[in-house]
Amino acid sequence: MSVVLANKRVKEDKEMRNVYCETLMELSEENKKIVVLDADLMNSMGMTKYAKKYPGRTFNVGVQEANMVGIAAGLSATGLIPYAHSFGPFATRRCFDQLFLSCGYAKLNVRIVGSDPGVTAAYNGGTHMPFEDMGILRNIPNITILEPVDSVMLKDIIKQTSNMYGLFYIRLLRKNAVKIYEDSSTFEIGKGITLKDGRDVTIIATGIMVDDALKASEELEKMGISARVVNIFTLKPIDRELIIKCAKETGAIVTVENHSVINGLYSAVSEVIAGSTLVPVDKVGVMDEFGEVGPVDYLKLRFKLTPESIVEKVKKVLERKNS
Amino acid sequence: MLSSEKIKEIEKFALKIRIETIKAIGNLGFGHIGGAMSIADTIAVLYDAVMKYDPKNPKWEDRDYLICSKGHAGPTIYSALALKGFFPIEELMTLNKPGTHLPSHCDRNLTTGIDMTTGSLGQGSSLAVGVALGNRYSGRKNTTYLILGDGEMQEGQVWEAVLYAAHQKLSNLVVFVDYNKKQLDGYTADINDLGDLKSKFEAFKWFTQEVDGHNVSEIYEAVENAKKQNEKPSAIILHTVKGKGCSFAENELYNHHMTVSRQQMEEALNVLLNELDRR
Repeated sequence: MSVVLANKRVKEDKEMRNVYCETLMELSEENKKIVVLDADLMNSMGMTKYAKKYPGRTFNVGVQEANMVGIAAGLSATGLIPYAHSFGPFATRRCFDQLFLSCGYAKLNVRIVGSDPGVTAAYNGGTHMPFEDMGILRNIPNITILEPVDSVMLKDIIKQTSNMYGLFYIRLLRKNAVKIYEDSSTFEIGKGITLKDGRDVTIIATGIMVDDALKASEELEKMGISARVVNIFTLKPIDRELIIKCAKETGAIVTVENHSVINGLYSAVSEVIAGSTLVPVDKVGVMDEFGEVGPVDYLKLRFKLTPESIVEKVKKVLERKNS
Repeated sequence: MLSSEKIKEIEKFALKIRIETIKAIGNLGFGHIGGAMSIADTIAVLYDAVMKYDPKNPKWEDRDYLICSKGHAGPTIYSALALKGFFPIEELMTLNKPGTHLPSHCDRNLTTGIDMTTGSLGQGSSLAVGVALGNRYSGRKNTTYLILGDGEMQEGQVWEAVLYAAHQKLSNLVVFVDYNKKQLDGYTADINDLGDLKSKFEAFKWFTQEVDGHNVSEIYEAVENAKKQNEKPSAIILHTVKGKGCSFAENELYNHHMTVSRQQMEEALNVLLNELDRR
């Protein structure tokens, strides 16, 4: 792992889906075992270029998510390396039994890409808005759950997973991310990243909320609160060591996620804390609610996924720490 | 076409598979006897006359694959594997015992010679399509055989896979449907009728044949016909009897999963051993 933080956190020019496509095209040139599956969302995912270049290794099964997952597992049983995509809810809750048994229990080698996480499903609304995808999959033993934050991390994760064996879930923002890492950065799956040091509290964030966590820490600094910011991009296996270290050194934790607080980052971090150093933990995330339709900015306000909410929760957790 | 000697040999092999399977299930005292018996003749044909495999190199890349989506028929396949030397025959007595390599449902990670993990009905169908696609992409000249139970044809996933296999013109995929007309809760016709499966497969653009699933010669010929197809996946609908050949199971309505007393086991084995002697 060699991480360099971006000088300026700005919206990237390139969409994440294009980076996904280009990275797979590049890797597929060298590695003939990589194959791609989709369930009638190749256009939405920007993967038509891939399909055109590699028609023999692109399997668009149509609107059949369960079948896609089973086929991906079958392909991997013959030695191939599948990447299978659908929108987050359909790639997970719709085919959980297939993921659990045909992939996980059978110990096959499959990468599932679930796009449009949480509020980024925006105008597709509540039916398409996965607040539960990582939570569902966290129950599968030995699964690796990844949420790349920006295009630099996405590219590195796609490369790394092409050389690894197992069941992977990659929770993927399809549109433009905010740049968090410089291009030269490389990452270690299973390890969190300390983005900013701090003494009073640790904010642990994932996905699109990493930028908000950094914004919140800047606000907190003005108030005289020194907040450490950590990016956990591997929800499972989670970086226990780093979480315990942060708990011991800062004495309080706030988790921040674009996901339900049930069985997401908050649960995973709390499980680590409950088994070790007891410090107060609070959370910013979706509070056991269904999604709804609207622009991302509106939805972030609606579900209280904002720097302001983070600041508020930090203040609350510090009251508990100091009482 | 099979010689009469070969037919006799396969029939004897089928009897041996039934004998070993009833011993293993009887030793445990309970098990999925019905569906294990109905598919025994097809398993005998596959392992004695059709499939390419090497017991000394079970992961041989160019082997034919067998995916038994009705995973509860595992014990029948374990018997065939043991009889063909994949593992010692004594291991069959460990069926479902703590720490066994032979679980009630097929597991590719536990049993030498088992190609796929199955048990949640319907899932083997997509897995088989994936295996056939993968082998074709890799240029292997092998065949993927899939066994579906009739009850599991009620799962939507099966028809998803059937649709896509035809779209992909997967001629290296041969599906057997063990149409024994019964499921756990009784007759399929009473619960959720499957009707004319042949016309259903044909509507999905499959090359489809119907055979007597207890006639090894018919099963073999159907596989030969299937392997001549270049553009279509093949379905072979096996008309079978659930519990076939097992004296205490064959005439029972509820014979999907049964308890087996020692006396029942011995009676059933006697019948089959006598039959084996006669041949």
